[in-house]
Amino acid sequence: MSENYTALYEQHKKAGASFTDFGGWQIPLKYESELAEHHAVRNAAGLFDLSHMGEVWVAGPEAAAFLDYALAGKLSAVAVGKAKYSLICNADGGIIDDLITYRRADDKFLVVPNAGNAKVVAAALKERASGFDVLVEDASAETSLIAVQGPNAEAILLKLVPAEQHALVTELKYYAAVEVTIAGDELLLARTGYTGEDGFEIYIPNVDAAGLWEALLAAGEGHGLIPAGLAARDSLRLEAGMPLYGNELSRHVNAYAAGLGPVVSLAKESDFVGKEALAAIKAAGVGSTIGQKLVGLKGTGRRAARAHYSVLKDGSLIGEVTSGQPSPTLGYPVALAYVDVEHSAVGTVVDVDLRGKAEPFEVVALPFYKRQK
Amino acid sequence: MSKVVVELKYSAEHEWVAADGSGPVGIGISAVAADALGDIVYVDLPEVGSTVTAGETCGEVESTKSVSDLYSPVTGEVTEINDAVVGDPALINNDPYGEGWLFKVAATEEGPLMSAEEYAAANGGEL
Repeated sequence: MSENYTALYEQHKKAGASFTDFGGWQIPLKYESELAEHHAVRNAAGLFDLSHMGEVWVAGPEAAAFLDYALAGKLSAVAVGKAKYSLICNADGGIIDDLITYRRADDKFLVVPNAGNAKVVAAALKERASGFDVLVEDASAETSLIAVQGPNAEAILLKLVPAEQHALVTELKYYAAVEVTIAGDELLLARTGYTGEDGFEIYIPNVDAAGLWEALLAAGEGHGLIPAGLAARDSLRLEAGMPLYGNELSRHVNAYAAGLGPVVSLAKESDFVGKEALAAIKAAGVGSTIGQKLVGLKGTGRRAARAHYSVLKDGSLIGEVTSGQPSPTLGYPVALAYVDVEHSAVGTVVDVDLRGKAEPFEVVALPFYKRQK
Repeated sequence: MSKVVVELKYSAEHEWVAADGSGPVGIGISAVAADALGDIVYVDLPEVGSTVTAGETCGEVESTKSVSDLYSPVTGEVTEINDAVVGDPALINNDPYGEGWLFKVAATEEGPLMSAEEYAAANGGEL
């Protein structure tokens, strides 16, 4: 059993959560029904405790240049107030983590790694910082993260924001962040998420987290807001075609196979860790003409493919499922899988070995689910 | 805590058996198992007329999170299946010992079964 508990553990216990170990943290798997939580996020709103995620601050005159070197994306090109999805890679191009980086000032960024990778990412950033005029500070242990996701998220949040600041929220663009007063505290509010819905993520000191959680639940009454756990988060992100580190992404996977080629900025002037290897991988055609590629699979029957099941074509092994389950929104099984590129075209029918019985699945375009805007 | 019904017997694989001493026995999965699986969205049952063997798999129960084999707790011929749960597997979560029953068997032999007290003690259920 892991020993890390978020600042909201008592709130979850009181709400009847069942817990699971995730990235070394005890976090809610579900409260009552993961299906109800999933549908609430699609149709109304869900409240998530994401305090297991890391928060690493990077500040100093060379912060932008440093992140250009440490990460695969071009962070110096991100405007203050905006955010960017990026990767931190090894020298061999393997993925240490996928992360969101917020530019808070010319010389200040917030890097948000996944729970299980937070310490490794903070250590890698500190190591890569040598020679740069920059300070790397891991604030993960003191910082909580609460997400409100779903079509009603904005209306709920506005109830806790003073009227004169409403425009800051309503005009906040996707992948942007702003300091706003929420329930009396000035907090960092981001319009980001991992559900495929509109929604917000709020960074807050641990000591204030429980108060905000309760305030959001109260504000959500009449808006269909319910607390939602990891099971719903996983089914929501899968429908939205978003990769999960540990399933789709790892040190043994490169960005081009994972369909994250556009996240890698080979064009930026500066060197970055993994650049040489990634340039060679791209030039070789990995993920397009050779090797394997991450694809979406749609089941034609009712039985779902699950992580690690084999993907077959005419009885031969051509790949492996990395995530899969019945899609609560769509009503059919969906899965992400790495398959040999020659069988990766949309429309290709492959088989998945479902515990000894081959069942047909069709390669489909990602995401499986896209919200109506 | 998940409820364990006193009048039933239970297998180590979390199936319950309802035997009143006459006629086919009713079989389902315990609330402990249903709660652990999460929201059940698909159930595959043995066919009426087929023979099931105690301790062997005879179907599967799939939730959004995971999938679990269904083991028959008795040996014999399947006399009836619950078509309602095939159409609406959520019945298993909502009422695992009632409307969520799975199938009935003209049992010729029982596998190793536990009393409700033994099963609850071993699996953290509530009598």
